[in-house]
Amino acid sequence: MNIIYTDHLVIGGGLAGLRTAIATKERGQDAIIVSLVPAKRSHSAAAQGGMQASLGNSLMGEGDDEDVHFGDTVRGSDWGCDQKVARMFVNTAPKAIRQLAVWGVPWSRVQAGPRHAVINAQTVTLTEKIEAHGLITARDFGGTKKWRTCYTSDGTGHTMLYAMDNRAIQDKIPVHERQEAIALIHEGDVCFGAIVRDLITGKLSAYVAKATTIATGGYGRLYSTTTNALICKGTGAGIALDTGKVALGNMEAVQFHPTAIVPAGILVTEGCRGDGGLLRDVDGYRFMPDYEPEKKELASRDVVSRRMTEHIRKGKGVASPYGYHLWLDITNLGREHIEKNLREVKDICEYFLGIDPAVEWIPVRPTQHYSMGGVRTDENGMAYGLKGLFAVGEAACWDLHGFNRLGGNSVAETVVAGMIVGERVADYIEAHQIDIGTQLVQRFLKQEQEAINRLMARDQGENAWELRNQMQEVMMEHVGIFRNAKDLEAGVEKLKALLVRSQKIAIKTKATGANAELTEALRVPKMIRLALCVAYGALQRTESRGAHAREDFPARDDANWLKRTLAYWKNPGDLLPQLKYEPLNVKEMELPPGFRGYGKANIVEHPDTAARLAEVEQVKAELKEQGRHAIQAKLMPVDLPLRYQDTNERLFRGRT
Amino acid sequence: MNPSAEKNPTQAPRDLTFRILRYNQHLPGDKPRVQEYHLQEALGMTIFIALNWIREHQDPTLQFDFVCRAGICGSCGMIVNGEPRLACRTLTRSYENPEITLLPMPVFELIADLSVNTGKDMRRMAERVESWIHDPEQDKIDISALEPAMEPEVAEEIYELERCIECGICLAACGTRRMRKDFLGAAGFMRVARFYKDPRDKRTADDFYEVLGDEHGVFGCMTLLGCEDYCPKQLPHQEQIAFLRRKLAST
Ligand SMILES: Cc1cc2nc3c(=O)[nH]c(=O)nc-3n(C[C@H](O)[C@H](O)[C@H](O)COP(=O)(O)OP(=O)(O)OC[C@H]3O[C@@H](n4cnc5c(N)ncnc54)[C@H](O)[C@@H]3O)c2cc1C
Ligand code: SF4
Ligand code: FES
Repeated sequence: MNIIYTDHLVIGGGLAGLRTAIATKERGQDAIIVSLVPAKRSHSAAAQGGMQASLGNSLMGEGDDEDVHFGDTVRGSDWGCDQKVARMFVNTAPKAIRQLAVWGVPWSRVQAGPRHAVINAQTVTLTEKIEAHGLITARDFGGTKKWRTCYTSDGTGHTMLYAMDNRAIQDKIPVHERQEAIALIHEGDVCFGAIVRDLITGKLSAYVAKATTIATGGYGRLYSTTTNALICKGTGAGIALDTGKVALGNMEAVQFHPTAIVPAGILVTEGCRGDGGLLRDVDGYRFMPDYEPEKKELASRDVVSRRMTEHIRKGKGVASPYGYHLWLDITNLGREHIEKNLREVKDICEYFLGIDPAVEWIPVRPTQHYSMGGVRTDENGMAYGLKGLFAVGEAACWDLHGFNRLGGNSVAETVVAGMIVGERVADYIEAHQIDIGTQLVQRFLKQEQEAINRLMARDQGENAWELRNQMQEVMMEHVGIFRNAKDLEAGVEKLKALLVRSQKIAIKTKATGANAELTEALRVPKMIRLALCVAYGALQRTESRGAHAREDFPARDDANWLKRTLAYWKNPGDLLPQLKYEPLNVKEMELPPGFRGYGKANIVEHPDTAARLAEVEQVKAELKEQGRHAIQAKLMPVDLPLRYQDTNERLFRGRT
Repeated sequence: MNPSAEKNPTQAPRDLTFRILRYNQHLPGDKPRVQEYHLQEALGMTIFIALNWIREHQDPTLQFDFVCRAGICGSCGMIVNGEPRLACRTLTRSYENPEITLLPMPVFELIADLSVNTGKDMRRMAERVESWIHDPEQDKIDISALEPAMEPEVAEEIYELERCIECGICLAACGTRRMRKDFLGAAGFMRVARFYKDPRDKRTADDFYEVLGDEHGVFGCMTLLGCEDYCPKQLPHQEQIAFLRRKLAST
């Protein structure tokens, strides 16, 4: 029996997992990361667009600060987010980006003097100030009032992940690669680590830890068309759900990105539109201004994706063997700009489409992109249901994003959550000892080993890939961009049938290790359970909010649905999750519910909204003299780790 | 109208033959052999699509690695018709001959079939060249204050050299590495050049000499330049190797 002991077990080597591990390691504790792939190959590497932090260095970012970022984030979330978390996040994001600059990310910098930019299809000249020269610059992204998305040329995620992994290597944090966590070890209300399967040898080990952090990324691969990497299967959330104790939050909140190429589903960054690219239909007509006169192509992702779908439904899509699509036109940006700032996009067009985006349009359509839902945690990142279990990054529902996340807020979240939650994990480890008998560990090991043995022994049965493919089609067809009761009900029934079938998977590959078929067979039932959490949650939520768009319930219903879905899987034999709901407290909100400023204004108001609005106005008036920090602290106090409490300095503004 | 609208390629589908080197040490009794698979080419088919199709429909025992399937994570290097390439972004239609041979990359530990352990070597490389910013004052910098400025071109230059995705193709294509297992290779040199040019890193030429000065370092390179030919990120290997040699020769 192989047992490995550590203070902190981190499941996942993407940005979030690495940063959390670094936080505890730098507090003098040891940490081990397990990951399906080498850390630098994690999906975080794919983020091309950028990271939001309100530095306000560049001309179009002037006047930006935490408060503006906060407002954008809450509006983006359609008031579904946890505002305290959003507040902690916006206050820490500038520190996160500056720390990454120290750790080696070559952020693109402000060049003083005039430069050309394309705004709303017009070329304009922006003259950057001399004082800003050499500071971190930013670009425009959907749903933001200021240009706030910092970037490294076209390789933001890559450079962030490399700097982060390099720091982890410097800190001598071991990354156990090609390892998959397949179950959590727990008893009562405490988590003790995980059972981990070696994907090369097939052997199981128990990792026993004082604290365990799930940082396994999103669950995009529940859908057939997704921008996500092949490993984004949500199994981290899956093992949490399988405990029967841990809640998954808002699993129905799934974002579609407006521009992935057809058919491969590879994302072309929002930076294309941020930099001035346009969406066109079958007639070459630029249609977004008709739907969204103010934000046009740069309304938030959920809105643009729906408008595109609407437009295709009106018969304005371009037919192709892979279904209808629209065009993304970046030819107006010019070859030089494309080759320098959007080179990844150019490469993708060249390698996967065989076209030159400087002269040709790119076939795009909305594609699954981001999982707002995940392991529900409190403000400190600790999971609901098990002590000593934490979750960070896309795998978590810390609830920064509510029902729609803004582009650039996600890589920012991974790092900020790693910083904040990492401190909380370290506090937890300092206060707790491992108190666990080997018998318990053995029981969990045995249970998993026997499940594998049963699978290996079955000669005839279902094919894992076939079930997975069917599940992905069901999700796409029934639980996609527009949803309604009839389709969702049918989808839930199909998924239930697939879950039953998934209990009888048989595999042909008899190798003990290096066995992709077995690996998939172990994942598929977990994935179908997650899919059921998404589909069933979507069915029950009879309103439209952010990315969750019900055709039969088009209004955002704050009166009845200003609450978070919590999904539990109580018994292994169940075919549906148990749903509970957790209300959001309007009386504590810094920004009471309102209209987002884009999309359709169709809101059923919460009874507390008016009173809270008045209260907020009153506090603002009363404390006007004392400045925005005082107002903020009064409206909604938050508790950040001491080392991240300083106010952030900005050009021309100091720390005000 | 879209200028590219009429260019939609409508090829008649071809029959493709894949010859794949098979061996899984975790399968009792398995022996290295070449196995043949046949399938019909589809529009926009990459080797990624083809291999998954084979695995899901013909042979579930086949092992290979893909993660991003978009040419950015560096997981899928393999030898395609004799050349190391990222399989995910290799279109089958780029081969006139419909017979495609796939082998695992040499140099790395074989896991099974087309799957090799590049990650392990890359971690070792990173430890060896100490692939991080060296600055004793680093942790004293106040991250709530304005960040230290950096010239925009310097940032760009660093990024240019940091675009390596650790796919290992340069090592698989390297004659020197095949002969000498401890030869650092192009990815390592590129990493050193990246930190050398970074003003935040306080290491001197002497410090880098310690890492690169022996026959396993930059002077051991026989300038065969397979790295430059095959690097999927088209990194300027020749130029950077020359740069490092120049700098280190004078220490
Ligand atoms: C194409 C694309 C572009 C994007 N662009 C942007 C952008 O410009 N800006 C932005 O803010 N966001 C962007 N995002 C979103 C953002 O990249 C992700 O949300 C973020 O990187 C997730 O980081 P993470 O650390 O949570 O997870 P990941 O980076 O996905 O890492 C997950 C880790 O968990 C491991 N893992 C998973 N399951 C297991 C298991 N069972 N056992 C062990 N290990 C496991 C994996 O090996 C991996 O190391 C983009 C996303 C996509 C798909
Ligand atoms: S230098 Fe090029 S070929 Fe070598 S590992 Fe990096 S990206 Fe791959
Ligand atoms: S799978 Fe990521 S580079 Fe090919």
